[in-house]
Amino acid sequence: MTTNATPTSAAPTRRRGIEAARARQAIWLLLPTLIALAVVAGYPLYRTIFYSLYDANLTSPDQRTFLGLGNFWFTTDGVGTGFLQDPKWWTAVKNTLLFTVVSVFLETVFGMIIALVVNSAFRGRAFLRTAMLVPWAIPTVVSAQMWAYMYNDSFGLVGRGILGGQALLANTDTAIWALIAVDVWKTTSFMALLILAGLQSLPGDMYEAADMDGASKWTQFWRLTLPLLRPALLVALVFRSLDALRVFDIMYVMLGPVNAAQTSMTGYARQALIDNQLLGVGSAVAVAIFLIIMVIVVIYVTAFRVRFD
Amino acid sequence: MNLQKTNPALYYIQRVLFYLLVLVIAVYLLFPFLWAVLTSFRRAGDLFLPPLQFITAPSTLSNYTQVFANASFQRGLIFSLIVAVASVLISLLFGSFAAYALGRFRFRGKAMILYIILAVSVFPQIAVLGGLFTLVQATGLFNNPVALIFSYLIFTIPFTVWVLTSFVRDIPGELEEAALVDGASPLQTLFRVLFPVMMPALVTTGLLAFINAWNEYLFALTFTSSNRTVPVVIANYSGASQYDQPWGPIMAASIVVTVPLIILVLVFQRNIVSGLTAGAVKG
Repeated sequence: MTTNATPTSAAPTRRRGIEAARARQAIWLLLPTLIALAVVAGYPLYRTIFYSLYDANLTSPDQRTFLGLGNFWFTTDGVGTGFLQDPKWWTAVKNTLLFTVVSVFLETVFGMIIALVVNSAFRGRAFLRTAMLVPWAIPTVVSAQMWAYMYNDSFGLVGRGILGGQALLANTDTAIWALIAVDVWKTTSFMALLILAGLQSLPGDMYEAADMDGASKWTQFWRLTLPLLRPALLVALVFRSLDALRVFDIMYVMLGPVNAAQTSMTGYARQALIDNQLLGVGSAVAVAIFLIIMVIVVIYVTAFRVRFD
Repeated sequence: MNLQKTNPALYYIQRVLFYLLVLVIAVYLLFPFLWAVLTSFRRAGDLFLPPLQFITAPSTLSNYTQVFANASFQRGLIFSLIVAVASVLISLLFGSFAAYALGRFRFRGKAMILYIILAVSVFPQIAVLGGLFTLVQATGLFNNPVALIFSYLIFTIPFTVWVLTSFVRDIPGELEEAALVDGASPLQTLFRVLFPVMMPALVTTGLLAFINAWNEYLFALTFTSSNRTVPVVIANYSGASQYDQPWGPIMAASIVVTVPLIILVLVFQRNIVSGLTAGAVKG
């Protein structure tokens, strides 16, 4: 440094100059991403919020009348026309929440079992590890069709073989459990992959110490593995819950548009928005779904102190 | 610890139970897919057969010939490929710029931008569906693959930025400093120095984003009428009447769109697991 003969007083300003230049360059590098996100996410979200306050039709969005919150709640002559007054919306909410809670719970339990099995040493481990990737790689629409075929009452292995010709998907009350089974099959292996990655980062010497102290495998799991896995597990749980809350493909493919509207919030919103062309009501439902999901994110982040860094 | 010596009987019971569990898991994970593969090779008339006879029934390729002769399926494959490749290439390009800035530069508002990108990735797609639809209509892009290419950026960009940023952070700083000392601009540094190092990460991220774009259903269903992608074609695959679901061809079409993904996933197995965990666990 001394041999470079740089005047010491000039160094800080030059460094600040470089830092400012770097900051400017960073903005330029980020610009394409920020513009793209503004176009595909920011602006459409603004339009959705905007139209949720108007009575508008999808075919002619420009002819609109201001309604305020009328799309959400409005009563004329004793008849409620807001979607919050529609029992079908609440059925969709109830079914989506049931779907989310049950399928995420089962995925976590099964995923944990599979991850623990794959994490232990045995012959065929590599094979099982590879097999885990198969359900995950299958497109959701394909897995929905595969299972619709298995549930079919005249051809299906489950519908005809096990249930003896019962049309499981015809009734939305039984269908929701059939749909949960599909989602659990499809995403358990994803959960298992994430948990396995967490397991493999755990320090092995702690288990050696626990073995020395004579702790059983069961105790080791509850006292060591689970607490250490907590951060990884929580992040996986958050992502899976948010995915399950916006579920659409499985319902729409397996039940059709009408019943999908009573089993998935997104299905209900899409029916209002696209099938019925009600841009205002559909946008209002979309805003409600957005708010529900944001509230759940906030609950997760504050209650469990999930950290993403 | 050494149960094998102290109590061999218990040891073998444990081993047998363990392998039974392994078997159950393997069957659970693979059986539905294998059953679909089997169905795709069976004649329509044999689908009624009880399981054992169904398994031993003669094989046929007729479902596959029928599917490949189907014009909307052919077009679907081409559209899916165009849409998925284009949106992945755009998001890899934009994403690597952003990841370079977020992983290597210091500036105000960086944490804020990271959180915005994370927020977009957990975004419910339905929240933008109406807004995007009016936008697609207004620009005359309805039924145009370009509409899908752009709308898919909503999930491919946040994902690529997030995963690539975590890779860029792990690249040793000396490489970049050497380039800067030689007077290279940030873009030169990115393309000449970082891209070669990032290649495995770009391939992994691109592959995962490709799978997501290939599988997307809601936007494809809503923004196109005749220029459908394969998930929409498969979901709408119909037979002679509404009540006659052609399960054989549906399964054949499903296998055709799934097998390339499974092969890609098996080839890039290691990278995929690391990419997924970088995207979800670290992310």
